[in-house]
Amino acid sequence: MRNMMLAAAALMATPAVAQEAQDPHAGHDMSQMQGIDHSGHDMGATGGAAADEQAMEGMDHSMHAQAATDGSADATPMDHSAHMGHTMPTVPDSEVGNAPPPPAPTDHPADAFWDRQRMVQARADLASEGRFFGNALILDRLEYRPRNGRNGYAWQAMGWIGGDIDRLAVETEGDGAFGSPLETGEVRAAWRHALDPWWNFELGVRQDFAAGPDRTYGVIGIEGLAPYWFEVGAHAFVSNKGDVHFRVEAEHDMRLTQRLILQPSVELDAAAQDVPELHIGSGFEKIELGARLRYEFVREFAPYVGVHWERKLGETARLARVDGENPSQLSAVIGLRMWF
Amino acid sequence: MDKPLILNRRRLLMGAGALATMPVFPLWAQSGHMGGHGGHATKSGAPAGRNTGGVLSGESIALSIGAAKFGVGNRSGAAVAVNGSIPAPLIRLREGQKVRIAVTNTLPEQSSIHWHGLLVPFQMDGVPGLSFPGIDPGETFTYEFPITHSGTFWYHSHSGMQEAEGLYGPILIDPAEPDAAAPFDREYVLMLADWSPMNPHEQLRKLKAMGGYFNWQRQTVGGLLKGKDQSLKERLEWAKMRMDATDISDVTGATYSYVINGHDTGANWTALFRPGERIKLRIINASSMTNFNFRIPGLPMTVVAADGCNVQPVETDEFQIAIAETYDVIVQPNDSAPFGIIAEAIDRSGLVRATLAPQIGLAGAIPARRARPVLTMRDMGMDMSGMDMGSSGEIDLSKPANESMAGHSMKMRDLSLAPGVKAGPGVATISPMPADRLADKPTGLEDVDHRVLTYADLRSRVANPDLRKPSRQIDVNLTANMERYMWSIDGETISDGAKPIPFRKGERVRVNLINHTMMPHPIHLHGHFFELVTGEPVNRPRKHTVNVLPGGKASFDLTADAEGDWAFHCHMLLHMHAGMMRVVTVRADGGAA
Repeated sequence: MRNMMLAAAALMATPAVAQEAQDPHAGHDMSQMQGIDHSGHDMGATGGAAADEQAMEGMDHSMHAQAATDGSADATPMDHSAHMGHTMPTVPDSEVGNAPPPPAPTDHPADAFWDRQRMVQARADLASEGRFFGNALILDRLEYRPRNGRNGYAWQAMGWIGGDIDRLAVETEGDGAFGSPLETGEVRAAWRHALDPWWNFELGVRQDFAAGPDRTYGVIGIEGLAPYWFEVGAHAFVSNKGDVHFRVEAEHDMRLTQRLILQPSVELDAAAQDVPELHIGSGFEKIELGARLRYEFVREFAPYVGVHWERKLGETARLARVDGENPSQLSAVIGLRMWF
Repeated sequence: MDKPLILNRRRLLMGAGALATMPVFPLWAQSGHMGGHGGHATKSGAPAGRNTGGVLSGESIALSIGAAKFGVGNRSGAAVAVNGSIPAPLIRLREGQKVRIAVTNTLPEQSSIHWHGLLVPFQMDGVPGLSFPGIDPGETFTYEFPITHSGTFWYHSHSGMQEAEGLYGPILIDPAEPDAAAPFDREYVLMLADWSPMNPHEQLRKLKAMGGYFNWQRQTVGGLLKGKDQSLKERLEWAKMRMDATDISDVTGATYSYVINGHDTGANWTALFRPGERIKLRIINASSMTNFNFRIPGLPMTVVAADGCNVQPVETDEFQIAIAETYDVIVQPNDSAPFGIIAEAIDRSGLVRATLAPQIGLAGAIPARRARPVLTMRDMGMDMSGMDMGSSGEIDLSKPANESMAGHSMKMRDLSLAPGVKAGPGVATISPMPADRLADKPTGLEDVDHRVLTYADLRSRVANPDLRKPSRQIDVNLTANMERYMWSIDGETISDGAKPIPFRKGERVRVNLINHTMMPHPIHLHGHFFELVTGEPVNRPRKHTVNVLPGGKASFDLTADAEGDWAFHCHMLLHMHAGMMRVVTVRADGGAA
């Protein structure tokens, strides 16, 4: 507790000194600064190093008179002062009054000088200031996977159109081997809505178009930027046949140099039930791990090399073996990342 | 439409001698001309180059806005010019006169001109939707106003983002009486700007898709292994908060060429002097997105005016000039040698060198590139000035807040700390403990080994006109989300329905600008000067634009004496366009204007 008080005293003392230097009233006429204990200033002047118990007592009060925006909330040891702080001025009370603001007017003085109709139109244009509507198309992966016997390919792309808060997001991904039918292939379209600074809610549909029975799914999920700069997505899918699936994916850009970027990625798929016609068993069905090293000649054009490993899991893996398929596949990848 | 004007580096490289015959740069912006003389300021001396060579004077002026091509080095693209030139013509007027300026718009889109820093009636201020309807294609609009004060100002479009495309020019107002306190023998205008061949709307689209699109100076694993920049521990702490300590400028030298009077380093714009002369440099930052560090290595500069208002002469070696600010400095080179005039982008992704030389053909030295700044906790709004009391002097963020921070909220988004802010995806951070940074050395100049100007060094040369104490105060929160590239005030944009900020005519109000972002914001109020709350009252510096340092705050006292509707915004063009803007209304008490 004592350490906490010391730190608090030091924190608060310094702004007090800064203001004193700035404002002659504060320094010369302390009577105007109600509730400020001089000990706070003394301590601040010595860099806070010599804070003693007296200083701490003084600072408890000085906080009231100081610093609206110094942000002293959550100040458990300093209790009441935290909330007081918000409405208090950033300078000593003596200098600034607390007159109420006038009401916001609703008239438009320019109308008295210029054509009113044109002003109405111009105001409408001004009122759109800050409204963004745009688009982007990012071809994240377009890659070739050389493998023994059966060389494969894969793609993953995302585009969006809309504003800052609401967008239409379209994604597609899939893979296959040359000379064989497509192994996986899907396209998703979702309403993407910004929930907070980092995360988006997604609600949409997914259509599969690979070999085997085509399925249509409803999609619900979130995607965004997690701490430590991880791009994360978590989605649930409910098909038109009623089967339910889950997918979690994450990737991270590790900047080795300004242009050489290593991107590890992981994807985990699970199913809530057996789906025999898709050769999927209940439980975890698949994990994919990747590492791609790209070189950004420009942001829009970055060739890469890497490795991709995927392994079917649990019942799904057993079904793959029954089909004579190796549930585990490791391949080198060579590809291109592009932006439009 | 006029045939587009093509300016490119190849022609510039023909040499300064050839430049004299080129119509494309107005005379004042041409390299190697002899400058204006101090005699301008005398009552008898007629302004040099009246209505010739790109200097426009007198009571009746005509400007024509038109499409052009502009190029610097190998970067060329579509541009907007005035009377066929970039920068636009110098407008030189005298305090006490009246002026009529007829502006013709030959663009296929609406345009406008705002007289930055000039006190004019609001309906002549040039902001479409506030002051007037704007100037439609093919239309001529005549501005008419009295010139009531002197100094260095500028003009630019307030429509779309035409300013980024070249629509900017200088305004010099000579005082009614010559300024005896700051005599000079010769003077030059230095208009600093950033030029990109990429349309600013496309820049915005890229940034919306990727906040760090233009930043090629991020921290890398390679840098970590070499011991550069932050330690691993600091990097992890910042990564946890999803904050980038190298996010100094949004748009950088990756697309910008930096120019002085339209000339890049290679074109070496040159101002001539005779040794011993006092040279007045009127420096204007007309950039769309670039704050500059300005210095003339080897030559101390005496700052005599800021934003067109005289200040008590103060000598310095370097200053940061934020977008839309102007500084007048006097230098006195005694050696018959060239000096480099250096304007360095604050993220140090590029610079432009011009030259102050005793004769044409010389080039000032280009100083070695300085390391790109790395932001600190103070830029995050954590005032650590009282924290280095421990033995180590190190701030340990990994400790629980109630241990190292004495119970202060060190959450980076505690909205209870800024009650005026509307929460939403556009507000990524709230500065937990913003410090008053008016006396701080600006970003990247904290540790240089020479003098650096701060706002606290500026003292008005004349007493402030209104010495009343503010009757009230307001907090204006500058808010953003860099990753989504959203910019706002109090978490809202005008398109979100943000209400105007109302003032009574004649009232004196303290305005506290609180920066909740990690980027400096040059905040400009139209139609007024305000006094920065720094130093003793009476001679506080008067400005029209104040750069609020990252995570910090800046307060000014405003006498709302100009009735009407006024724009109030961040002068980073993309920030303004993305929503960091408000309308300020000034009305006589109890009635409409």
